[in-house]
Amino acid sequence: MKDSSEGYTTEDGRKIGGVVMEMKNITLRFGGVVAIKDISFDIREGEIRAIIGPNGAGKSSMLNVISGFYVPQEGEVWFHGAPRPKMRPFQVAQQGIARTFQNIALFEGMSVLDNVMTGRLTHMKTGLFAQALWKGKAEKEETANREVAERIIDFLEIQAIRKTPVGRLPYGLKKRVELARALAAEPKLLLLDEPMAGMNVEEKEDMSRFILDVNDEFGTTIALIEHDMGVVMDLSDRVVVMDYGRKIGDGTPQEVRNNQAVIDAYLGVSHD
Amino acid sequence: MSDQFLYAIEVTLNGLMAGVLYALVALGFVLIYKASGIFNYAQGVMALFAAMTLVGIMDGQVPFSHLINATFGTKVHHFGWHVPALAAIALTVGVMVALAWMVQRFVMRHLVNQEPIILFMATIGLAYFLEGVSDLMWGSEIKKLDVGLPQGGSRWVEDATAFLGSENFYGFFIDKLDMVATVVAVLLVIALMLFSNYTKQGRAMRAVADDHQAALSVGISLNFIWILVWSVAGFVALVAGIVWGTKSGVQFSLSLIALKALPVLMLGGFTSIPGAIVGGLIIGVGEKLFEFTFGAMMGGATENWFAYVLALVFLVFRPQGLFGEKIIERV
Repeated sequence: MKDSSEGYTTEDGRKIGGVVMEMKNITLRFGGVVAIKDISFDIREGEIRAIIGPNGAGKSSMLNVISGFYVPQEGEVWFHGAPRPKMRPFQVAQQGIARTFQNIALFEGMSVLDNVMTGRLTHMKTGLFAQALWKGKAEKEETANREVAERIIDFLEIQAIRKTPVGRLPYGLKKRVELARALAAEPKLLLLDEPMAGMNVEEKEDMSRFILDVNDEFGTTIALIEHDMGVVMDLSDRVVVMDYGRKIGDGTPQEVRNNQAVIDAYLGVSHD
Repeated sequence: MSDQFLYAIEVTLNGLMAGVLYALVALGFVLIYKASGIFNYAQGVMALFAAMTLVGIMDGQVPFSHLINATFGTKVHHFGWHVPALAAIALTVGVMVALAWMVQRFVMRHLVNQEPIILFMATIGLAYFLEGVSDLMWGSEIKKLDVGLPQGGSRWVEDATAFLGSENFYGFFIDKLDMVATVVAVLLVIALMLFSNYTKQGRAMRAVADDHQAALSVGISLNFIWILVWSVAGFVALVAGIVWGTKSGVQFSLSLIALKALPVLMLGGFTSIPGAIVGGLIIGVGEKLFEFTFGAMMGGATENWFAYVLALVFLVFRPQGLFGEKIIERV
């Protein structure tokens, strides 16, 4: 239904393409609790789309619906102009949707490089025996994948810790490694669940820069959840605002900032 | 060379061979532990089940014949044919893959994201279940397994080494079966190392062992990896079952070889394939030499406890084993 050729140009002059992903009337319930109520929005190619809202608004649930970890009771998820059938999370990942987690899910016992290499798994095609015996095509493929991984490690400035087991790293760096692993998949859509949670100002600035650079350099479409309003306003092209599982606002940061419902949700309403 | 010294060498050689056999069992444990973080209590019973299935298929036994006879009043017991060893082994591999699928479908799938201790308890249940099923399927009598592996002392080695000592020394006694087992173990280890270090599935296996959720997010199917891992463990159990079954007959006590694998794992580390081999060799040689040197002094039968005491020492001073991953903890 959406004409994928239509797009728009951002304030800073970046061209945003057609719709990559569209959520249509999504409703998600856990028993009697309604986590998401009838929400629709779209994500366009090349944009940074933010989902914001107070605690418990259903932002993470939304991200989990997109990445297949939760299955909504109602509504459809459209990807590249077609409704997506019911899928397991690993199948969603194979479709080119990579994600990070609010509480970091890394392979703690493996080195940074190995972690990033797992992001390349969906790109490995050669057979079991060829790989085991390290011959010809398999070797070429391994080298190519390794190059992609190393490029991303350079890009995110984590060369110094390439061989360090992830379990030894401090929190801020773990977040960065998780981003690296997601990027290694060369995703069509990158989902970031609170990429800056628990960071100090300096780390937040670094992370913001990386997110902008990723979008700029690789043209990656990004959907992110964030609490820090200042960061969101600086980073994102369009913002969805959620409150108690409902969508209360959708538009550019400027539009959202002036939306009365959003102001009420964040600052509270006086009832006298 | 003095005869006493030559005997010590012979004891060491036999210890190495016994160590290979321990390592074969320990390998199965390491595989599942590496790939799913589970200590698979059922590994020994899987070896028993594999060996019983192999014998049953070779002899053309009717599975569940006691159950069928008791229910329908029939008197079936054998199909009356004999399956050649290689074909029977291939069929048994098929049975072990089917078992892996069932374990995944009925046990593991329902325990995603659970604590390791819960998964461990599940494997205890699996061990008892499998023990019962093997008896029900193939009967509980002691069976002889002969897939054509050579047995008995090697005359060739004895003749070739007899010149080393005096006329009272007849050369080294080495069991041919042990030599075959060594070759098999070496091949198996090479294959498993290549598989887990260089293949996509191997990397995915390690990822699944580390974190289920993260593995899903990079596009790994947990179900597929689990079936794969349990199939490989089933295959290793079959190899161990064939070697041990040929050596000492197929019977319930075969499942107790798992207990011998425990000290091997503590020495070598739960996560290391070479560790399982080296641990097995150290224990094999250690217990034989200890018995040879101090056995008489201590009233003999030191082999029964030596391995466990050695493992205990390791637990105190190097809990991750010789080759295990370092235990990392950020405080």
